[in-house]
Amino acid sequence: MNKVITVTVNGVQQVLEVEPRTLLVHMIREILNLTGTHIGCDTSSCGACTILLDGKSVKSCTILAVQANGKSITTIEGISTEGELNPIQEGFKENHGLHCGFCTPGMIMRITELLKDNPDPTEEEIRWGISGNLCRCTGYNNIVKAVLYASAKMRGVPTASTEPEFV
Amino acid sequence: MIQCKTSKEISGMGHSMKRKEDVRFLHGKGHYIDDLKLPGMLYMDIARSPYAYAKIKNIDISEAMKVPGVVAVVTGKDLEKYNLHWMPTLMSDTQMVLPTDTVMYQAQEVAAVIATSRYAARDGREAVKVEYEVMKPVIDPFKAMHADAPVLRTDKPGKKDNHIWHWEVGDKAKTEKVFKDAEVVVKQDMYIPRIHVSSIETCGCVADYDKVNNHLTMYMTTQAPHAIRTVIALVAGHVGLSEEKIRVVSPDIGGGFGGKVPVYPGYVIAIAVSFLTGKPVKWIEDRSENLQADSFARDYHITAELAGTRAGKIQATRFKVLADHGYTDASANPSKFHTGLFSIATGSYDYDTAYMEADAVYTNKPPGGVAYRCSFRVTEAVHAIERITDRFAFEIGMDPARLRMKNFIKKEDFPWKSPTGWIYDSGDYHAGLKKAMEAIGYDALRKEQIEKRKKGELMGIGISTFTEIVGAGPSKDFDILGIKMFDSAEIRVHPTGKAIARFGTKSQGQGHETTYAQIIAEELGIPAANIQIEEGDTDTAPYGLGTYASRSTPTAGAAAAVAARKLRDKARKIAAYLLEVSEDDLVWETGKFYVKGAPEKSKTIQEIVFAAYTNHPQGMQAGFEATHYYDPPNLTFPSGAYICVVDIDKETGAIHVRRFVAIDDCGHIINPMIVQGQVHGGLTQGIAPAMYEELIYDEDGNILNGTLMDYLVPTAVESPKWETGHVVTPSPHHPIGAKGVGESPTVGSPPAIVNAIVDALSPYGIKHMDIPVTPFKVWKALKEKGVV
Repeated sequence: MNKVITVTVNGVQQVLEVEPRTLLVHMIREILNLTGTHIGCDTSSCGACTILLDGKSVKSCTILAVQANGKSITTIEGISTEGELNPIQEGFKENHGLHCGFCTPGMIMRITELLKDNPDPTEEEIRWGISGNLCRCTGYNNIVKAVLYASAKMRGVPTASTEPEFV
Repeated sequence: MIQCKTSKEISGMGHSMKRKEDVRFLHGKGHYIDDLKLPGMLYMDIARSPYAYAKIKNIDISEAMKVPGVVAVVTGKDLEKYNLHWMPTLMSDTQMVLPTDTVMYQAQEVAAVIATSRYAARDGREAVKVEYEVMKPVIDPFKAMHADAPVLRTDKPGKKDNHIWHWEVGDKAKTEKVFKDAEVVVKQDMYIPRIHVSSIETCGCVADYDKVNNHLTMYMTTQAPHAIRTVIALVAGHVGLSEEKIRVVSPDIGGGFGGKVPVYPGYVIAIAVSFLTGKPVKWIEDRSENLQADSFARDYHITAELAGTRAGKIQATRFKVLADHGYTDASANPSKFHTGLFSIATGSYDYDTAYMEADAVYTNKPPGGVAYRCSFRVTEAVHAIERITDRFAFEIGMDPARLRMKNFIKKEDFPWKSPTGWIYDSGDYHAGLKKAMEAIGYDALRKEQIEKRKKGELMGIGISTFTEIVGAGPSKDFDILGIKMFDSAEIRVHPTGKAIARFGTKSQGQGHETTYAQIIAEELGIPAANIQIEEGDTDTAPYGLGTYASRSTPTAGAAAAVAARKLRDKARKIAAYLLEVSEDDLVWETGKFYVKGAPEKSKTIQEIVFAAYTNHPQGMQAGFEATHYYDPPNLTFPSGAYICVVDIDKETGAIHVRRFVAIDDCGHIINPMIVQGQVHGGLTQGIAPAMYEELIYDEDGNILNGTLMDYLVPTAVESPKWETGHVVTPSPHHPIGAKGVGESPTVGSPPAIVNAIVDALSPYGIKHMDIPVTPFKVWKALKEKGVV
């Protein structure tokens, strides 16, 4: 028996009919066609599917769509206007924080909450803070730099040079 | 500091240009395979074997067919009717698409369920009932080589053992003599375990066969779309698929690292089902299937030996390999190189004597032998030579840095011929190691180590100074299924001076959309921002062998430079016509030709290109396009000097990588930011097998860690803060002096880490640790020595 749920997705209220067993990530990707949220594993290990549920970063493969009833969902498509980059996205671009781009939306959604909770994190806090999200390409150095850049920018302090220390 | 010839506006070689591809990924607007949805699309899921070796007695699909939404269930018997139940591997062995009678490894595909939704397909998969007669599998490759081992490949008429091939290179007799007469001989068995690339995106496809037009569009996660198109035409030609009616599209790929080179059964079944139903069929594997059934990497059992003098002069080296290939040889190597480029195993050292041999064997494990950011067995070779070099240094009591400095091939001796036949193009190993030692403060660290040892603390310093071999390859020796390993570039410059360029390669995160544009910008002076790069669609891109084994810059990157130079030659002719001077009177300066002695008389590249469409000389072809298929004259030989410092907790065996300095030499650098990013990523895929990752099987062939819960891909916490740098010795034969770099750090870093760990443990007589070196292994070794 399908269930009808009401969710606010990137600021717009939607009424959707879903199978009770539908994973939230499948609802987002296949019913709402918001394909920026990715699936990288089947054990809640990789974090590629991370979104914000009522402002909290969650792995949307580990939540049923019906559990989101009455809640607010933010995906990568909802964090900035197309054509503009928010400070986190800009940090990734300026610091080469992405290669293949597959883990990137999940990372950015996780970092969005991380910086809300801790606007001026240390490197160590960033590494622990993103340890639920796997990246196979970058080796994380430049993701950490991207977060430091975003943190500085959001706090209105000068951002560090983004030139690589590759001498 | 890297010198740039072009301004930042042009952003040619050497600029850390921010990546052009980033914006779409940052907005979640990449187009990966699972994002594709076609009208009427069906979904496929695959039932897999729970056993490593079993006869299939019966497959009952009746319950599965009753599941709402299930359209069809396909078994090996169904494919057999079309002779599609077996397919060739890249190494000309054979592999089942779906079995008709026997399964050869756990997680092997047994039946495919096709349904109208993803969930219905999974429900159907759970309802497929298979009756097996379980047999005792052969898991240990050494036992598989025994004369009395059961023969696994009974499908091969007359096959009497599990041996696949034997390979050898070098001078056996001379090597034996040197070893016999040597003052010092060291010998070490080492295992380079089976690992998995585990790119964050798994594999998948949408096969879309159009019955009316007899046309197949195959959207798939492939690193080599053109080769795949030809393979489909060769394998499925007998059912009426013809190469001009096949289009392979490789969309954005969420990491490849070699795992997306092979043709997996799932792709073939999806094509077959789309062919039969006339509907698009999507197959996306989940992570566990990806880890358990897709091609593995490594799995080499190596015995390494080194002969030298007490004074520290190396004389000869010898390697013996047993390669576990699983049930079929599905490696992704050039045809003539069964053991890849393992023969680079004399490394960075001035050997004139070496002998290497390898044998491959079938076992009841998944097939493969593909890359994990290095496909051609260079990682195995580098591990062997760098570990045995350290064993030798330890044996004669010489500092491993000094030993290396003493035995490196000298800068002035390049091009240098190795005893296994390679011509190293260029290198400056002394400069690389010197720079790494200065960066990390080597001498001070050794002093600190002496103090720590007095207190009983475990601190180790490990070095790896490796030589890579990438850029396959010269057509004389290199082909895959007979297709020579050239690669291609096609550049079209539009009337307003903006360009599109297409390539036979396929980026999976390497940043080709930026770096290829920079190469063309360097040669033509058109801003890289105005050069659009496209890859991955076989209908539009020129033919090429794809992106793997760090070959894109050495081959397609070279093709871009040569094609651009053809255009510059044409531009000179047009400029001479426009300025009414002889071609010889023109001087090229990035972005324009001017008249010798009269620099105010000039034409910009944009003016010249516009004239190519609006005012070209009579007799000259209009337009401004060039194509080049580049056949490299040699491989490129990047190198690196890596130093790692570890601290080990004696009580728990916990290993802390305190510092890691990597100095890479990949010749001229196109984009330092991207090269550094490649090095960071590669190093992390080096520490992963060195300390965390291994696919483990029990004696019944059960995989013990087939999910990301227990196959330990490093997180940001396990990954050290990498320190990187470079030296530059340009490749003398490459048009822009570049070498490949992507796989270097994965190849070079594991032995640096292991050498550091063993160095820390060496006061207790510990001489070797097999990877992954875990805290438990360290603790056990210390306990055995009575230290804990």
